[in-house]
Amino acid sequence: MSELKGSGQQTSDAPTPEDAFHEAATLASREQTHAPGATPDGPVLAADGTPLKRSLNRALRMQKIRALGLIAPLLIFVLLTFIAPIADMLFRSVENQIVAETLPETVEVLADWDSDSGEPPSEAVYQAFYVDMFLAQEQKLHTRLGSRLNYEQTGMSSMFRKSGRRVGKFDTDTYTDQFTALDPSWEDPASWVAMMDNKANRAALPFTARSWDRWVAYLESEGDDPAKEDIEDFLFTTLYLDLVETGGSGTADARITSAGAATGDFETVSLTEQFADADKDWVDPEIWRVIKAFAPKYTSGYFLNAVDMQKTPDGIEARPENQQIYLMLFKRTMFMSLVITFSCILLGYPVAWILANLPSRTANLLMILVLLPFWTSLLVRTSAWKVMLQQQGVINDTLVWLGLVADDARLVMINNQFGTIVAMTHILLPFMILPLYSVMQTIPPTYLRAAKSLGATNWTAFWRVYFPQSVPGIGAGSVLVFILAIGYYITPEIVGGNTGTFISNRIAYHISSSLNWGLGAALGSILLAVVMLLYWVYDKIVGIDNVKLG
Amino acid sequence: MKLTKVFLASTALAFAAGAVAAEDMTIVSWGGAYSESQQKAYHEPYMAKTGVNIINDESSNEAVAKLRAMNEAGNVTWDVVDVVAADAMRLCDEGLAMEIDPDTQLAPAPDGTSAADDFGDLLVSDCFIPQIVYSTTFGYRTDMVGDNPPDDICDVFDLETYPGKRSLEKRPINNVEWALICDGVPADEVYDVLETPEGQDRALAKLDTIKDQVIWWSAGADTPQLLADGEVVMGSTYNGRLFSLIVEQGQPVDMLWDYQVFDLDGWIIPAGLSEERKKRALDYIYFATDTQRLADQAKYISYGPARKSSAPLVGKHEELGIEMAPHMPTDPANSKTAVLYNFEFWADYRDDLDAKFQAWLAK
Repeated sequence: MSELKGSGQQTSDAPTPEDAFHEAATLASREQTHAPGATPDGPVLAADGTPLKRSLNRALRMQKIRALGLIAPLLIFVLLTFIAPIADMLFRSVENQIVAETLPETVEVLADWDSDSGEPPSEAVYQAFYVDMFLAQEQKLHTRLGSRLNYEQTGMSSMFRKSGRRVGKFDTDTYTDQFTALDPSWEDPASWVAMMDNKANRAALPFTARSWDRWVAYLESEGDDPAKEDIEDFLFTTLYLDLVETGGSGTADARITSAGAATGDFETVSLTEQFADADKDWVDPEIWRVIKAFAPKYTSGYFLNAVDMQKTPDGIEARPENQQIYLMLFKRTMFMSLVITFSCILLGYPVAWILANLPSRTANLLMILVLLPFWTSLLVRTSAWKVMLQQQGVINDTLVWLGLVADDARLVMINNQFGTIVAMTHILLPFMILPLYSVMQTIPPTYLRAAKSLGATNWTAFWRVYFPQSVPGIGAGSVLVFILAIGYYITPEIVGGNTGTFISNRIAYHISSSLNWGLGAALGSILLAVVMLLYWVYDKIVGIDNVKLG
Repeated sequence: MKLTKVFLASTALAFAAGAVAAEDMTIVSWGGAYSESQQKAYHEPYMAKTGVNIINDESSNEAVAKLRAMNEAGNVTWDVVDVVAADAMRLCDEGLAMEIDPDTQLAPAPDGTSAADDFGDLLVSDCFIPQIVYSTTFGYRTDMVGDNPPDDICDVFDLETYPGKRSLEKRPINNVEWALICDGVPADEVYDVLETPEGQDRALAKLDTIKDQVIWWSAGADTPQLLADGEVVMGSTYNGRLFSLIVEQGQPVDMLWDYQVFDLDGWIIPAGLSEERKKRALDYIYFATDTQRLADQAKYISYGPARKSSAPLVGKHEELGIEMAPHMPTDPANSKTAVLYNFEFWADYRDDLDAKFQAWLAK
């Protein structure tokens, strides 16, 4: 300590805060080097001879691991049951693998098609699409893809469903008949297995080889033996297409080369026509534009949709006005949640004040009254508001009886924004009162008395002394109420009518009714981002340290 | 030797335990009076006959989303699920329900007609076995319409003759069809018109004429409550709800059957069940959708059986003792102008029209 004083005096006669800081720093450095047990020129050693620093670190590490082990159950629980599902759900807002996975050949050939041409794609696309569709309908994947694409283009759901039924009955058996007429052994699946095992054959018949592999994978997943299942028409179609392309050169298989020589005289089938027969819309370029636009494995389509925009050939643009709804709902959700939060503050503050200033016995009784509705089912409370507010309800009946309102001009208080605000304020009020109450309880009543004894009026004493101290409670209550409010959907659904519904109602619709989880996830992600942004703004303006939950 | 015996015994025990647990079957339905009617008409006789223990789950409301979640998690805990036909189609499209062949997997009618012919057009999806025909139709307050009760669907749009609020379902389905019919579109051209954007605007424009007099409902119980309270003069809901309002509760309400829309409710079996559970589920479906069983359900609730062969067997209400036939939506006197829900059209246009409808509503 004497050294410390000395150094202080050396720098200056009148100590300043900076001096104190310097002194503390010097002290710390000295304590480190001149700790007890230090050797003059080596590191400090622990009792067992290891350097003290290392030994200390090890002890600390052990402590940390032990602490981590203690919180691990909770951490893993939260990760598994909370973070992971949310992350998985949010991921769906951009995920779009179904198109490329179901139609791999089509997507590849379609890449060369110019979607602005106004012409349907070439025959090659329909050939690839035929193979993809056949395999998809065998695995019952085509209708799933149809539902997915129907979100983008109305009508595609039934196109895929109808065409899936038709694709097995296409006229492509013409090829099958012509090949088997050449050589009956083409019908033998075992011979195909052998043929497709040969590298040279595969190189000569690339499209057939790819399609064969997918077919075999499908059969094996079903537990069937590819050597025993009939060869389907689509494989003869790919075989024909390959032979026309390559002539079967490069292979030693006589069956292939002789077939290759014969294909020139084969009767052909136009798959474009076959698909047009199944549904005339297959020759509509618009359909193919949609498939091409949604071919990538990740898409911004859901997010665009969630902000009332869409992808068009000319880039991203706003949706037609009669389909715009989400931005308006986001704004409405924010606005109404704010109104609900403010009405909770207005109603909850006096209640919390009374609770905090009554003798504890009466306060506890009142507290039960605050909590009672909290313990009642949400649906019961919401339905009770219906009975109260509807035109033939309690309030209107009373007003008519009192003569304040004419019988034929009863007030409309439900199935609109007003109804939602009233019901939700009521439901969320305890979330405002409880934090306010617990904060107000810690404000000593002597402060107010002191202020008054110093000459403050009641209002000044409250506004300058009491209110600032209760702000942390308001902050906590507002954050709770606001965040709960923007996620509500049962209450707005029941009492909101058409002007009082929230964005959550649309999210619920997409998750549970339309099964458009991608859009639901995009809307949810935006809502989450908005909440986090507001939280950040709140932190900047009020400071999150000022929030006190109890 | 001894060890082998122990092994065998324990295996047998484990197997027996497994078999006992496997005798439980979870059947999902809507709850309330509807589940009650199924319990009495299907579940109780089936449990008595086979010894299988049926567990009821009331999740049909969110069956589609839950089945998808279960399927993705690879753990389907439901054996048989009761859904409306549109949901069944969606589940079938998504590969979440298994295909059922009516000719080999369902009971023929008593006279030997195959199940496929007996159900006829009502087999709207490969995965769906219809159970009942219900309808969405209107009820009106008899004391609020004077001595000129409504008998035409277009009376819903007639605010002059029938002032007061109406309740309509908060979705485009049915409402846009009624709007077009009352805007002068012949019933058989409604969907051709609705396919076009102009037709859709036309339907919404017609609905616009009554928009501020409409209370939009989303739960089937809403309209009966609104009618009972006198909040609305007329409103659409499921006919069974109106039946209990009129006959069981004796409210001054009557039916407006004009242009009621038939819809179907029935069974699906989730995809991805084990062979054993699938077999049991199919056995239950075979039992529960035969001619007599479907007719039995009508003793407890006023929904029409989906089989043609069941119709003559519909008798009296089990507790009230009244003839059920005149209260059935399928009764000839009630179904003169009835239309069947257009599943194909709505599977395609539901999302698109719903977006437009909700945008219109929110305006």
